[in-house]
Amino acid sequence: MLMLTCPCCGVSAEETEFAPGGAAHLRRAGPGTPDDAFEAYMFQRDNPRGVHFERWRHAYGCGKWFLAARCTRTLRVLGTYSARTTEPPADLAAEPPVDLAADLRAPAAEAPA
Amino acid sequence: MRMSHSALALVRGALTGHTGWPRTWDSPLPRDRYKVIVVGAGGHGLATAYYLGRNHGITDVAVLEKGWLGGGNTGRNTTIIRSNYLQDASSAIYEKSRALYEGLSQELNYNVMFSPRGVMMLAQTEHEVRGYLRTARANYLQGVETRFITPEEVQKRVPIIRLDGPRYPVLGALWQPRAGTARHDAVAWGYARACSAMGMHILENCEVTGVRSDAGRVSGVETTRGAIGCERLAIVVAGHSGRLAQMAGFRLPVESVTLQALVSEPVKPCMDVVVMANTVHGYLSQSDKGEMVIGGGADGFNNFTQRGSWHHIEETVRALVETFPMLSRLKMLRQWGGVVDMTGDRSPILSPTPLGGCYINCGWGTGGFKAIPGSGWAMAEMVANEAPGPLAAPFGLERFREGRFIDESVAAGVAH
Ligand SMILES: Cc1cc2nc3c(=O)[nH]c(=O)nc-3n(C[C@H](O)[C@H](O)[C@H](O)COP(=O)(O)OP(=O)(O)OC[C@H]3O[C@@H](n4cnc5c(N)ncnc54)[C@H](O)[C@@H]3O)c2cc1C
Ligand SMILES: [Zn+2]
Repeated sequence: MLMLTCPCCGVSAEETEFAPGGAAHLRRAGPGTPDDAFEAYMFQRDNPRGVHFERWRHAYGCGKWFLAARCTRTLRVLGTYSARTTEPPADLAAEPPVDLAADLRAPAAEAPA
Repeated sequence: MRMSHSALALVRGALTGHTGWPRTWDSPLPRDRYKVIVVGAGGHGLATAYYLGRNHGITDVAVLEKGWLGGGNTGRNTTIIRSNYLQDASSAIYEKSRALYEGLSQELNYNVMFSPRGVMMLAQTEHEVRGYLRTARANYLQGVETRFITPEEVQKRVPIIRLDGPRYPVLGALWQPRAGTARHDAVAWGYARACSAMGMHILENCEVTGVRSDAGRVSGVETTRGAIGCERLAIVVAGHSGRLAQMAGFRLPVESVTLQALVSEPVKPCMDVVVMANTVHGYLSQSDKGEMVIGGGADGFNNFTQRGSWHHIEETVRALVETFPMLSRLKMLRQWGGVVDMTGDRSPILSPTPLGGCYINCGWGTGGFKAIPGSGWAMAEMVANEAPGPLAAPFGLERFREGRFIDESVAAGVAH
């Protein structure tokens, strides 16, 4: 179960309160875009095994969209931030090393993956 | 040495304490170079290798597997085999596959336990009734045997079902009598055994970490067991396709998510068909051991951990209990997940790639077990001729750019 914090209303809750909305920071292809750029925008995805920037909606809360950085290899949520951000935040681009010992000492401190 | 499997061999085995069985496939050292390298020893990769040898006489082949053979989705699925899809291109490859399953045990001399017990897709809304009537007619034109059956026939075939809802009454079903299940591991093992017998190399614990190319054409791969050269490369790695594509220098319209399944404690035989309930996102069959095998929808976000969200299991079971009240008394024994490769139109990709000599087979998502023989057949044809044949041609990567989707999001509305 993921734990997410909505940056719009500040509520921290389990993933059942939120709806996932796919990859973030896609630049919309406008009129006159060549086919390959449109294909990249519409279909192609990085699908990383690692940090993934993605959209979420606080569906059963304030209803607003926001963005999150989450590692698809460990299921850690590294941070959430405003949907008005256009570039992936540099400080969330890499997953901090996993400290398994700390996890074992304080299981409740971190979002259980 | 490869021993032929027969009733006599079984008796001999029983009398000698089952100590004399040879290894099912060999474990050789990698050679420097092969004509064809297949990445991924799941069902699709192994079937690709098998039909390369059987149909095209190409046996200078290695199948590279980062873990153990069949340890990906092939060993994690709920084994439903059916071909009642909507679009002609899908029906062609899925029905080819289902038909090959019918004779696969004989062909491989390995019991894959194909059981054409019939698959029933419940219609639980008026919309679904109309959808399945349409599918039944499409299947009729495609030469795939299906028909729409009444609630009474559903009840007769599945006594444990409750027809009257309350939320989702059973209004009928799409019935495919020659669909069914097979033993997933045996499919992988049977193909592996046949490949090994043809002299192909199956290299486990051999992860591909890079793709080498020369003047726009593939020349080999880097692996955790050293560099290996090849003339042609077939990438068949399901949820990990994006990574392999990145190594080969292109991007894919694929995202990887977790799909989960679970089984109950074993009970006496109570249901001898497969039932799928797409509206409530759940499906059910009973294994030969007596366990009720349950699956549902895929999780909603990208995930490479093979661990899914608990609430999806809860939703699946909650929905199924309504239609199958007896399930509420069962204890669940095991639950697991696999990393499935989803495309936007829920149809697979069998395609040449921007890198010469490199071919990809992926995007089977939640429903590729049923397709293993047909997909291997079509992939082998493409790799052997360096061009897609009629089965693979509609599934090329260019279909996304061209807006020529093979939309099966309805036929594959639930994961299976
Ligand atoms: C829970 C669940 C239920 C399902 N139920 C059904 C069902 O009822 N019916 C149905 O038809 N389908 C079902 N499916 C889907 C089906 O399992 C898959 O579509 C199918 O097994 C895919 O086979 P594959 O050979 O392509 O992939 P896999 O079996 O996943 O094989 C890919 C292999 O590639 C290897 N690999 C990955 N990266 C590398 C690398 N870098 N180097 C070397 N090797 C690598 C992996 O280790 C893996 O063994 C289900 C899937 C799941 C998860
Ligand atoms: Zn909120």
